[in-house]
Amino acid sequence: MPILSINNLVYEAQCNRIIDNISFDVYEGEFLSIVGPSGSGKSTILKILSTLISKTSGNISYNKKALEEYNPSDLRKEISYCLQSPVLFGKTVMDNLSFPYEIRNEKFDTEKAVKFLENVGLSEDYLYKSINTLSGGEKQRVAVIRNILFQPKVLLLDEITSGLDTGNRDIIWNWLKEIKNNTNMTIIMISHNEKELELADRIIKIKDGKIVD
Amino acid sequence: MDLQVSPFTLILSFSLVLVGMFISYKENLGTWQEIIYSIFRAVIQLIIIGYVLTYLFKANNAIVTIAMVLVIAFNASWNAHKRSKNIPHSLRISLISIFVSALLTLFILVLTGSVKFIPSQVVPITGMICGNAMNTIGLCYRNLNSLFRDQRQQILEKLSLGATPKQASITILREAIRAGMQPSLDSAKTLGIVSLPGMMSGLMFAGTMPMTAIMYQIMVTFMLVATTSISSYIASFLSYREFFSEKQQLIL
Repeated sequence: MPILSINNLVYEAQCNRIIDNISFDVYEGEFLSIVGPSGSGKSTILKILSTLISKTSGNISYNKKALEEYNPSDLRKEISYCLQSPVLFGKTVMDNLSFPYEIRNEKFDTEKAVKFLENVGLSEDYLYKSINTLSGGEKQRVAVIRNILFQPKVLLLDEITSGLDTGNRDIIWNWLKEIKNNTNMTIIMISHNEKELELADRIIKIKDGKIVD
Repeated sequence: MDLQVSPFTLILSFSLVLVGMFISYKENLGTWQEIIYSIFRAVIQLIIIGYVLTYLFKANNAIVTIAMVLVIAFNASWNAHKRSKNIPHSLRISLISIFVSALLTLFILVLTGSVKFIPSQVVPITGMICGNAMNTIGLCYRNLNSLFRDQRQQILEKLSLGATPKQASITILREAIRAGMQPSLDSAKTLGIVSLPGMMSGLMFAGTMPMTAIMYQIMVTFMLVATTSISSYIASFLSYREFFSEKQQLIL
């Protein structure tokens, strides 16, 4: 059974059809990549799946239940979306990593956060570093950790390595490979990078809001 | 009382306005029409309110006093609403914020005996409370609008992590409340060493002993800190929801 089922999805904005009658299923534990030219509607699909924007028509079900039936903030804890060029908030890395705990009214788990930082090649010291002193690649890694600290069921990644150098891309690539091999997390990732596409179980190509072969 | 002001002295002091108009003309600021308009509007409004207050003070009627309090609070709410730059339901939010903060502050002042429930005390105090609440709420609206726009991406990040709209906007709310309260806190810090506020100066003008005038000013300071805190808190917490849809999506 698919964990996510998208049927006849349409999204229109200012009289433009951005997503044009798209249908596809995503299975639990699957690593799905979405590729396509800029402006083809890839990010819009992820925003709709994370309910940050609403579809114009069509049906989307998650665990056999329509997305609309879920409380949006509860659903977003299960379907976690890492935006393209994410920004960090607060003053330190800790402010960012403690946020997922704050919104769940849970005590910050320093040990767990440090483990996640080390997984992406960042030492414990980074926890207390000012976000202004981090490089683009380090910011990106902290941003993704924010999304997966509580192991969402579905992780949506929007071109998270675009603009990064090869070294940082490799670190993230290795990490994604580890997540894929060691967890049952479903990942939908938009990417243009060939190496990252090798990780995908399946690739969907989008052009002008439609799936193309 | 040793007051020197008369219609004739007022006409002479109009020369001070001419100074402002001269600067505007010389520096080509284009504000001389606005100066004339603002001054005439202020004079007409004050003359009208002068007659109204004279009637109110003579009548000394509780119902008429309450009606005047309501009119002042409504006018303040209407003006705060106009500063909201299209925040939905801002009139309702302004009305709730101003009525709650003004009535609560007035209630405490009357209950503690600091102010008597007579028009000559209740009406001016209400004017001060509502005027400050109006400015505070206007500042909160302006800050909420700019902060939500500037921090749009951060809000989206927080929502995508599963935060509720309130959790996603809490830092913006704190900043807006702080910004709304800041002018009264700054003004409180410089009282006596930089500024001798209107009420205190007015009392001393009218011959009241400085220590008595100062005690009134201390009461007014307490009152304004309370009013600005309450009104900015209520206005900010009621307004942030208007930046989100029912589906907890950011509307910007």
